[in-house]
Amino acid sequence: MAEFLTAAAAFVLAMVALGLVRILRGPANADRMMAAQLLGSGGIAALLLLAVGTETPAAVDAALTLALLAAFAAVAFASSVPRSGAGERDATDR
Amino acid sequence: MIAAHVFDAALAVLVLGVAIWTVTAGPAFAAVIGFVAYGLLLALVWVRIAAVDVALTEAAVGSGVTGALLISAAARLRPTEQRAAAEQPGPALRFAAAALAVLVAAGLAALVLFPAEPAPTLAPAAAAHLQALDVGNPVTAVLLAYRSLDTLLEKVVLLLALMGVWSLAPDRFWGGAPKLWPGGQRGGELTLLARLLPPIGIVIGVYILWVGAVAPGGAFQSGAILAAMWLLVMIAGLQKAPEIGQWRLRLILVAGPAVFLAVGLAGFALPNGFLSYPEEYAKPLIIAVEVVLTLSIAAILGLLVAGPPESERQR
Amino acid sequence: MRVLLDLVTIIAVAAGALFIMAGTVGLLRFPDSLSRLHALTKADNLGLGLIVLGLLPQSQSLSAMLKLVAIWLLAQLAGATVTQLVARAIRRDGQPV
Repeated sequence: MAEFLTAAAAFVLAMVALGLVRILRGPANADRMMAAQLLGSGGIAALLLLAVGTETPAAVDAALTLALLAAFAAVAFASSVPRSGAGERDATDR
Repeated sequence: MIAAHVFDAALAVLVLGVAIWTVTAGPAFAAVIGFVAYGLLLALVWVRIAAVDVALTEAAVGSGVTGALLISAAARLRPTEQRAAAEQPGPALRFAAAALAVLVAAGLAALVLFPAEPAPTLAPAAAAHLQALDVGNPVTAVLLAYRSLDTLLEKVVLLLALMGVWSLAPDRFWGGAPKLWPGGQRGGELTLLARLLPPIGIVIGVYILWVGAVAPGGAFQSGAILAAMWLLVMIAGLQKAPEIGQWRLRLILVAGPAVFLAVGLAGFALPNGFLSYPEEYAKPLIIAVEVVLTLSIAAILGLLVAGPPESERQR
Repeated sequence: MRVLLDLVTIIAVAAGALFIMAGTVGLLRFPDSLSRLHALTKADNLGLGLIVLGLLPQSQSLSAMLKLVAIWLLAQLAGATVTQLVARAIRRDGQPV
């Protein structure tokens, strides 16, 4: 059981890796913002599986924090994303 | 366990790949996203090497406070980004930097792969006194009891950093309010999130603080989480950044290190000296110091991201 | 009883991993940003939910189970709302939908 759960965690991590490769390559900044969400759900899944598979109960708290802060990171990205390509918005227009 | 090794190998490759991508990414915004992703993956690494306290801090600070700080910096630097990218270091400088990096990496690898036998460790000594402190988490015991002087000085350094950031403002703005980066969108979803997440985040922050006594957690992680929630509220525009001249704000900022210092000085009244805790009161004192410290850390980190004041004081 | 619980765990975690794989395939193959976002959010969150379901029988106490469910609820709430934010940013960016 522990071996199976750790193997599942490795599988989820591999999926996250593939997703990250695609997301970070994405031509626009808006594509890359999805990285926070990908890590928010995939990273939590891997951490929870690890927590039970390797008997590290504290990893559940780490997953909790990760869930909260990946959401915050995504908000920070989404509310300040510059337009990619020509015509960058000037950040000092206050 | 084979699966664990596969996991570790995949994680190492992924972390390296994201790091390389971050360094070679073009625009600053993309690099910041890569950095935040790298931080979140690094949290997984910390969990795998049994340092969950550090994992909590990495997740809370790396994607929360530092991420927001870097985004804000990238936004302020955007007008000059084209010109800055055109300046490239020469080949000699690049070679020197690469040589230095390789040297440091080789040194660290040697330390890890060929440790002295037996590996020097203070773990048994640290564990021996946990009973007397009634604290279950050895990291908390080290931070707040064995090496409390370091923790106190670190919090003072945080305050000094904040003052450094404030000093970037022109004289006429001293005491005024900072501006977070101009909000890209003020939509319904952002407001919803900023109303729903902070209460949850506050509960999680308090929980992490409380559980830090017996399990990974503690004041700094909790403060970072609370700071991130405060920043979320400010980003969504539900609250403006406070004026830095207010005495109430300054009281909160100073309260943490001040209480810590007071507890330390009170140690002079007892036979053992500075920052020693009396036997029966060790745990309540540690908890009291941690609670006030958390509030101060949250305020300091939030204001660090908000930046220097950019408007006049309303008086 | 133990065997039954372990069976539930294996089935649920395997199903969850399958959905996460489906989400990743969608992420890799869909033609434009909005559909990639859709694949990421829906499939990955469902996969996470199934994985949490599969870990519940392995928990040692009621509070541990509640914590797992709370994490999943937080991920759902945050994920759903953040997706809307990202989608708005994608549309504003001028990418062809």
